[in-house]
Amino acid sequence: MFINAVIALLLQAQTSNLPEHPVANTFKPLASPGQQEKDIAILTLAITGAIFVVVGGLIVYGIWRYRRRPGDVSTQEPAQVYGSNQIEAAWTVIPILIVFVLIGVTARVIGSIENASPPPSTVKVRLIGHQWWWTVEYPQFGVTSANEIHVPVATNGSPATYLQLESVDVIHSFWIPQLAGKTDLIPNRTNYAWIDPKEPGIYLGNCAEYCGTQHANMLLRVIAEPPADFNRWADEQKRAANPDPALARAREIFESLACVNCHTIKGTGAVGKFGPDLTHLMSRQTIGSGVTTLTHEHLREWVDDPQTIKPGCLMPSMQLTNEQLDQVVAYLESLH
Amino acid sequence: MASIDYPLERPAVSLEKGFAQHLYEWVATVDHKKLGLMYVVSALLFFVIAGLMAFVIRLQLMFPNGHVVGPDTFNRLFTMHGTTMVFLVGMPLVAGFANYLVPLMIGARDMAFPRLNAFGFWIFLFGGFLLYYSYIGGSGLYGAGSAPDVGWFANAPLTEKAFSRGHSTDYWALGILVSGVGSIASAINVIATAFSLRCPGMTLSRMPLFVWVMVVDSWLILVALPPLTAAQIMLMLDRYLGANFFNTQQGGSAVLWQHFFWIFGHPEVYILIFPAFAILSEVIPVFSRKPLFGRAAMVGAVVAIGFISLGVWAHHMFAVGMSSWSNTFFAGSSMLVGIPTGLKIFNWTATMYGGKLRLQTPLLYCCAFLFQFLVAGLTGIMLAVAPFDWQLHDSYFLIAHFHYTLMGGLVMGIFAGIYYWFPKAIGKMYNEKLGKWQFWLMIIGFNLTFLPQHIAGMLGMPRRIYTYAPGRGWELWNLLSSLGAMVQFVAVACLVWNLVHSALRGEPAGDDPWDGWTLEWATTSPPPEYNFEKLPVVRSSRPLWDMKHPHDPDWKYE
Repeated sequence: MFINAVIALLLQAQTSNLPEHPVANTFKPLASPGQQEKDIAILTLAITGAIFVVVGGLIVYGIWRYRRRPGDVSTQEPAQVYGSNQIEAAWTVIPILIVFVLIGVTARVIGSIENASPPPSTVKVRLIGHQWWWTVEYPQFGVTSANEIHVPVATNGSPATYLQLESVDVIHSFWIPQLAGKTDLIPNRTNYAWIDPKEPGIYLGNCAEYCGTQHANMLLRVIAEPPADFNRWADEQKRAANPDPALARAREIFESLACVNCHTIKGTGAVGKFGPDLTHLMSRQTIGSGVTTLTHEHLREWVDDPQTIKPGCLMPSMQLTNEQLDQVVAYLESLH
Repeated sequence: MASIDYPLERPAVSLEKGFAQHLYEWVATVDHKKLGLMYVVSALLFFVIAGLMAFVIRLQLMFPNGHVVGPDTFNRLFTMHGTTMVFLVGMPLVAGFANYLVPLMIGARDMAFPRLNAFGFWIFLFGGFLLYYSYIGGSGLYGAGSAPDVGWFANAPLTEKAFSRGHSTDYWALGILVSGVGSIASAINVIATAFSLRCPGMTLSRMPLFVWVMVVDSWLILVALPPLTAAQIMLMLDRYLGANFFNTQQGGSAVLWQHFFWIFGHPEVYILIFPAFAILSEVIPVFSRKPLFGRAAMVGAVVAIGFISLGVWAHHMFAVGMSSWSNTFFAGSSMLVGIPTGLKIFNWTATMYGGKLRLQTPLLYCCAFLFQFLVAGLTGIMLAVAPFDWQLHDSYFLIAHFHYTLMGGLVMGIFAGIYYWFPKAIGKMYNEKLGKWQFWLMIIGFNLTFLPQHIAGMLGMPRRIYTYAPGRGWELWNLLSSLGAMVQFVAVACLVWNLVHSALRGEPAGDDPWDGWTLEWATTSPPPEYNFEKLPVVRSSRPLWDMKHPHDPDWKYE
């Protein structure tokens, strides 16, 4: 029990070393797709900004210059001008030229983001959307986690992370603004995206396609670590749950409840697939797909009645007695 | 031309009519003007309802972790707000303005098919009632929800039985399907009227630009609405007969729904904005005292926008994982729209250059349109750059973009049109001072609401979230946005008061208060049921200019 608490503290300390980026500014990208998107965004903003200043200026000047002055009571009509083919041709041709430049640049960037093929040594992640949470699978390691994607930092040409995007129910969308723009997770279809975070850190994102009641609280975080730390994390995640003899009673209670129908804890009888895998629950930073931080109080509150924290989510209140609740939470807190 | 007599004498008998007779007169009418007014008034009612919904949305998002409404209520609010604004405000405004003005402008006595016209209005209205009945009937036998909560474009498979129980989605699909029948009826009517009922001398090249734009708009409705109707029927087949078009649990395709919806949905955006183009093309020349700059090019631009708009739909789908070639095609076609749209903005501005601008409420709204539509067009270019769109897609930036188009563009244009033709339709003058107050409140409120949303979107705020945690950098922008909504609330209240009060107590407007040039100003205000005593004969695109300037008529130059 005590050792577990120490490990928990250590883990907390370890993750809090990583700088968190709560403000997902698309103009401060820290990965190649985001960087390319930002570069073309700056170009587009420069072009459209210039057009705005020129045309907006002409509109404002025209209104000001040709307004009827307060003292003007004459009924004299101004010169009747019907148009000018030359002028109209000019302001048709100039936009055509601008548009063609922009189409060319756009085509190039689309290709370079979308048609990049994975190098053989990439980390592969299978990200599966569910109504209001995410499954994160690492087929290479046999690891299944939820809601938090651990990836190695891609510096000095080390590999990017490729994501295979799927959904089991409705459409969701993967979007970590500082790393990459959106790609949808669509049922009956497989999409791909890739990220190569340049700096260690915690990057936040939301599900970006409306997916029902709790769309707002379907958050996603990417935890980019130095490769050594990532490998250590992956090794720990590969392990089955480590039974703590002191918590045998708590585990028994947990396994006697309906929890096991929806949740998996590797190495136990809990093999449900409907909810997030809990094998290494305590290695995560949040619960409820980012709705709140993973602390003792929040976890207890969540297990007691998830509907108070995330109303409408698909996990019901199991109506546990206080004693059951204490035991279940104690057991869950042993899952490092 | 109709004789113009001042002051207009009203038959005393109308005062003796009871309420029942008035009601009967309006319900049973086939007069295009009464139907047009009913379209516009019901659109304004729905506008106020959907506006109040938006107000609650803004209250909820004013601060992080808001608790004004819960998630389900919030999702219903934005679904009903969007659906109402598009199908029950935008569409009837197209039909309403076209109905009222097309026959008057082309010197006709009524629309080509008056009964179809009445049918179109009532079926639209009952479609609207059907949608709103979901608040009562939506839960069906299951007790699952009331109003639809699937978003206004109702992505599959969220609309399938597995994810949307009860009947709320059925009310959404059927309400839209039914009111769509009304839009089709009205579109056929506008085309038939403009093509076959023009008065002697009014060739297509002399037809007012307003009518031209409405004709193109009606063609676009005829082409774009059937895919929507088909999609709604397929959705109903899915929900009740297990057709599995979009049911991914049974092998259906979620992307197929998006193709169906957006091949309607993108032309729809132009269907909605065209009435504003039509109104600007009439108001700007009259208030600048100059003819529209480059009439032929303006017609050509509208036709070009109509055509191009049919080939851009998948720019709503850049994130669904289409091939790079598809993405490039739709990025390119979307940017092309900017060319004719740019020409329109330039030509309107050129119309004002060298004029004598009367900065009254209608023109003020046109100026606001030009400026805000310019912003919307430029953010539209940004969204067409697919890699940039991958960041901006479905974020608050997008919300800001299309509200600049539809609120800053369409609604401002409609306000210009309402103030411009109010004296004609009602026969009373609105209150200019209150109109200017509304204008400034509206401009400040609108920009305060939607300008900050661009930034929230660039900071990663997705649309359609009922709450957000503090610390994501979104607080200030949401607070500003909500404050702006409050200013807009006051502005709309000013408009409602101005219209109601002026209709009851306003000064008589006279037949031609703006010194206008198109035929509707040649008859009385309000026009008699038969519009013109004698059908007018025209020789140019500005028949009233010719009449007022016999020494310098337009037909000499056209």
